[in-house]
Amino acid sequence: MTVTWYIVLSAVLFAIGAGGVLIRRSPLVILLCLELMLNAGNLALVAFSRAHGNAEGQVFALIVMVVAACEVVVGLGLIVAMFRRRLPLNVDELRGLKG
Amino acid sequence: MSATTWGWLVLAFPLAGFLVNAFGWRVMRGRTAGWIATIAIGLSFACAIAATVSLLGHGESERQLTSSLWTYASAAGLDVKLGILVDPLSAFMILVVTGVSTLIHLYSVAYLDSDRGYSRYFAYLNFFVFSMLLLVLAGNFLLLIVGWAFVGFASYALISFWYRRNTATKAGMKAFVINVIGDIGLVLATLFIFRELGTVDYLSVFAEVPKHFTSNDGLLIAICLLLLVGAFAKSAQLPLHTWLPDAMEGPTPVSALIHAATMVTAGVYLIARMYVLFEQAPTAADISAFIGLGTLVFAATCALAVTDLKRIIAYSTISQIGYMVVGVSIGAYAAGMFQLMTHAFFKALLFMAAGSVISAVAGTQDINRMGGLRKALPFTSKLMIIGALALAAFPGFSGFFSKDEILAYALNRGGFYVIFTIVGYLAALLTAIYAFRIIFRVFWGDPVPEARELEEGHLAHAPAKNPLTGEEEDTDIGYPGADHHIAERDWPMWLAMSVLGFLSIVGGFVEIPGVDEVVKNFLAGAFLQSHLYDALPSVAADWRGLAIGGAISITGIAIAYLVWVRRPGTSAALIRRFGPVHTFLLNKWYFDELYDAVVYRPLLAIGRFCNDVFERVVVQGIVASAVDLVRGVGVVVRGAQSGFVRAYALLLIGGFAALGLYFLIAAH
Repeated sequence: MTVTWYIVLSAVLFAIGAGGVLIRRSPLVILLCLELMLNAGNLALVAFSRAHGNAEGQVFALIVMVVAACEVVVGLGLIVAMFRRRLPLNVDELRGLKG
Repeated sequence: MSATTWGWLVLAFPLAGFLVNAFGWRVMRGRTAGWIATIAIGLSFACAIAATVSLLGHGESERQLTSSLWTYASAAGLDVKLGILVDPLSAFMILVVTGVSTLIHLYSVAYLDSDRGYSRYFAYLNFFVFSMLLLVLAGNFLLLIVGWAFVGFASYALISFWYRRNTATKAGMKAFVINVIGDIGLVLATLFIFRELGTVDYLSVFAEVPKHFTSNDGLLIAICLLLLVGAFAKSAQLPLHTWLPDAMEGPTPVSALIHAATMVTAGVYLIARMYVLFEQAPTAADISAFIGLGTLVFAATCALAVTDLKRIIAYSTISQIGYMVVGVSIGAYAAGMFQLMTHAFFKALLFMAAGSVISAVAGTQDINRMGGLRKALPFTSKLMIIGALALAAFPGFSGFFSKDEILAYALNRGGFYVIFTIVGYLAALLTAIYAFRIIFRVFWGDPVPEARELEEGHLAHAPAKNPLTGEEEDTDIGYPGADHHIAERDWPMWLAMSVLGFLSIVGGFVEIPGVDEVVKNFLAGAFLQSHLYDALPSVAADWRGLAIGGAISITGIAIAYLVWVRRPGTSAALIRRFGPVHTFLLNKWYFDELYDAVVYRPLLAIGRFCNDVFERVVVQGIVASAVDLVRGVGVVVRGAQSGFVRAYALLLIGGFAALGLYFLIAAH
């Protein structure tokens, strides 16, 4: 078994996630795509860990999951807040950071 | 208890009084603060007597006792202890300081009665006494500097006591600035002493100086001159005297205590204390003596022309301190310190009487608006005449014995020191004239309306105003209180003046040539190393001097009587005849104008130039260009901030991708 196919799958998943973040305008979908990118990373970590017979990669994968969970909490919280305040759920219209 | 323990107690009581009054002002009603302060200083006086008695128990050559509480500073070879030195000189000084202070506190209890800043006043006053005692008792140069700076601050705070009075706050600043010039001299002298001798402890310095320096060593002269800068700034000698007449803006008891009896004599004390240095550098001592001589003549002439009652007495103070400076500089230490003591008595008395007079004429200080107050103020007038007789060195009064002793000593030293005797006697004539100018102008002549009113039992009450500028004032905090107090009606004032009057009469009897000489025998223990201390004139020469002095004094009083009582127009005729001289004296020899032109205006011009050219153009130019630069960069960078979240994401991902590609290529 070679690690190549796992890495390819991980890269494809990451590219799909990145594409989604760039293309989609709904904050909810962007959040999902971010999750996808994180999990693509997880896949690569686990695959390398297995290939090298070293458990450290798996520990990192667990940590990434924790970070992802935190991020989802914040992100979803933001989206709910935006919804409640009747702000447009479209990231192109949310331009308060314009310099 | 040992003398030093009593010495520490002398310091402790005024400090305690200060703390109580400074922090307890909210709860104290009526005259409580005044009584607390007075009792604190009174206890301090009792301890000073105990210290002196304890000191007298030692043999004459073992009367220099030191004691230290803890190490004050220890670094770089410097080892300074928080220590005091109790010897006959400091014991003498603490007796004078605490004794006169007690009486002036007592006087103030009534005099400041209606002032809204009553507790603050007594807190300052106690703090002053503490600082002065620290200055006197200090056992090393560092503690001396601490005390020296503290009294400077206390003087500033009390001159500006009526802090809403513009003239008072300005006078306070003036006094402070000139005192700081003196502080710098003292600090530099200390640094030189430390550099040369490696110690700042008095007794070790005095032991080292004769071994380390040859006579008239250039560096030692420099050190002595720097010490003199400090002494002259504090003692208002030429050319640093201009602050003292302005210091009369403070309450009258403050003028009596700080600017007549105690603080201004600190310079005299310093010169006497440093006698070892000055005897090793006779040139510096001679310079000091000549400056003292110049000052005493200058101030005596000013006192003839000035018309502000308190300022006349202030110039007389400068003049009398000139005598003391001459005394301690030429080696007549005992005579100089004796003059310091008698002067403290009669000058404090004169100021107290002046305070009573000023109250009687509703705050006016101009003697042109006084006259004929003799019947209205029977007690004050008698006491003021006693003070003036002592000042004029009338035979039998205290000033008579002290002043002539200095002049007789100078004559006995021979050489050019004879100049001091001759000029000193001439100035004594002026002293007698101006002393009785005050008396005749204020108490003789036609009674002013206030005097007539007071004779019928009504104390005049004019609307409150600044005696100098005539500006209207209210009597709220920061201005003088509403009520006036005269010695005839307030027993604390009456008591304080009676005691001082008694001392002004009999104070001289402790040092009658050939009879008792208490002061000289007592102080001898502090001047063991001196070779000038015992170079005294013979008793016969002393009495000859006294006879001349007495004759001059009586002549002066007679002249004053002729000019201001017998032929009342004489003074005006003289002014018309010698107009320019009078203007010159009235403007105090134009010293203020000179400083204005030499120091104040050039500094102001430099300041303006720095502001207009350097600050506005150079500094602000650099700052403005820096601001423009940052702003320009900001404008450019702002373009990148579009606000599109997806654009940021693209930059991020693109950036990472580019970085990844770079590493991939670089890996090959």
